Amino acid sequence: MKQTRLARNVLLGIENLLLHKLRSFLTMLGVVFGVGSVVAMLAVGEGASKEALEQIRKLGSNNIIISAIKSVEDEATGTTRSFMSIYGLTYEDYRRLSETFNTVIKTVPVKIIRKEGRLRERGMELRVVGTTSVWFGLVQRPIVAGRTLFPSDQEGQAPVTVLTEYGARRLLATENTIGQTLRIGSDVFKIVGIVKSEGGEAGNIQIPDQQVDAYIPLEVARVYFGDISFRITAGSFEREMVELHQVIVQVNHAENVEATARAIEEMLKRFHKKKDYIISVPFALLKQAEATKRTFNIVLGSIAGISLLVGGIGIMNIMLASVTERTREIGIRRALGAKRKQIITQFLIETVVLSTIGGIVGIGLGIFIPILITYFAGMPTVITLWSIVLPLCISAGIGIIFGLYPAARAAEVDPIVALRHE
Amino acid sequence: MPSVHTSEIVRLENAHKIYLMGNQEVRALAGVTISFERGSFWAIMGPSGSGKSTMMNILGCLDRLTKGSYFLEGDDVSTLDDDALSEFRLRHLGFIFQSFNLISQLTVQRNIELPLYYLGWDGAQSAARARELASRVGLEARLNHRPPELSGGQMQRVAIARALANDPQVLFADEPTGNLDTATGEQIMRLLGELNNQGKTIIMVTHETHIAAHAKSKLHMKDGLIEKIDRV
Repeated sequence: MKQTRLARNVLLGIENLLLHKLRSFLTMLGVVFGVGSVVAMLAVGEGASKEALEQIRKLGSNNIIISAIKSVEDEATGTTRSFMSIYGLTYEDYRRLSETFNTVIKTVPVKIIRKEGRLRERGMELRVVGTTSVWFGLVQRPIVAGRTLFPSDQEGQAPVTVLTEYGARRLLATENTIGQTLRIGSDVFKIVGIVKSEGGEAGNIQIPDQQVDAYIPLEVARVYFGDISFRITAGSFEREMVELHQVIVQVNHAENVEATARAIEEMLKRFHKKKDYIISVPFALLKQAEATKRTFNIVLGSIAGISLLVGGIGIMNIMLASVTERTREIGIRRALGAKRKQIITQFLIETVVLSTIGGIVGIGLGIFIPILITYFAGMPTVITLWSIVLPLCISAGIGIIFGLYPAARAAEVDPIVALRHE
Repeated sequence: MPSVHTSEIVRLENAHKIYLMGNQEVRALAGVTISFERGSFWAIMGPSGSGKSTMMNILGCLDRLTKGSYFLEGDDVSTLDDDALSEFRLRHLGFIFQSFNLISQLTVQRNIELPLYYLGWDGAQSAARARELASRVGLEARLNHRPPELSGGQMQRVAIARALANDPQVLFADEPTGNLDTATGEQIMRLLGELNNQGKTIIMVTHETHIAAHAKSKLHMKDGLIEKIDRV
């Protein structure tokens, strides 16, 4: 009963607003653009940060990635003069990393080798990663076909390889390729599986198996290919000796990640004369990205909030004018027996209906604009549930806040004076 | 004595209404005592400034006395607050104004339904009642028109239909023919006469003698006091 009464009041409010279509529409515009900009801004902000966060999450928020880099000193002296540059992580580092810290639960070595590969007639330079079976436990990769590396492959130095989907595509390999032989350099490997791979970059850290074509057991890589690589660049002949290119460490709890990263840094500093490694902590990046996102949202929210405020003031202004214009109507209603409260309700409902419809239209606009942005500017946008619910609540709230004063003014109208009003 | 009381519907006792205009007191009502019987048809007459409009506002519960008492159906309404007075108007009183006071954006039907809306009637009931009242004043064909599309006489008939919607004990008419030509005015007065014959108590303010002639009793006011009473 109470509900139907409210529904009826709302319907009468809508009926009343429809009597002044243009005015109601223009009054609504402020809220439409206010809410529209809130929704659109949130969608753009959310989209921008989501992509970065997603990439960082893929690296594993509990992981620490230690990568080999050519130290600054080496770069400065110029590699052309030095006969061979020796840098990066060592097998000893890997052993220490896996044994020293009790917060570390998994450690994965990564050795990157570039070698000519050949699958049947197709030959090309492959990016091969020597690693252990732990890799596939640390970085979740769905198996497309076959299997991943087993600990037994490592121990038995089995010449087996697991292709990434990316690598398989480059080699024109299909699921039927399982069991066939892949020639890497002068050695023969048996293809045992294909796994899905991840592409892309997150900030300055590369996703581990972006551009990786094949995985082989680390022991096999070490024995077959050694630690020295040759590269011919612009006429100069470059030799590098790197034992491990990367070590990925998984920490037991997120709260231990940063402390462990600091400890690792301390330890590596003691054993490396040059800074030929870099430690990336996805968790720290994640926190940073989230903080940035929060700041971004606050700034956007404030701007949008101001536009909503302006919209609200617009509504109040028009409603005040409407009260003056409808003084006589109010007087008539009062004379016929309407109580002050009912007059307040009538005007408040009109304002709330106006601002809420404005809000709904604004949300429509706010959903449409990001679609255009994504289409034309190629920026990712994400519309979350709360970025719709919140502006809708705010627009209804605006109706109440900015409707109260005009409604109170309406209720103060003296019927005797109002009835004489022309 | 009891029979007198049961037939009495409105009674003013020593009614005073004093306005402050600047620092000058204006005594719009200066101690009026009078009672109106159920089923009567009164015309309150007098020159402007005589207090007849104030009297009307007081009787219609639109305004409150500065001093004195006002009994309506035996209830002392002079002590009621704004909400209670609104409630009283809603349930017991009907109004007809010189300038019709219809809401011009609303259709005839919606105008007639207004008191019913505040009484909390549902849509279907109100619509039926509005149709019934419109046919009573001969305007059932105009339910979906808006006031500006109607003639003055038609508008006043809509106003009468609206005033009757809550089946009021007392019908107040403030110069009901003031904006109408003579012929239309006569029609409206005949309609009011019929309503009175059906038992409705009517209290009308007018300054025109030929309009007042339709009433059964006349009350002449001057300077906030009763000058003369003509009973039929």
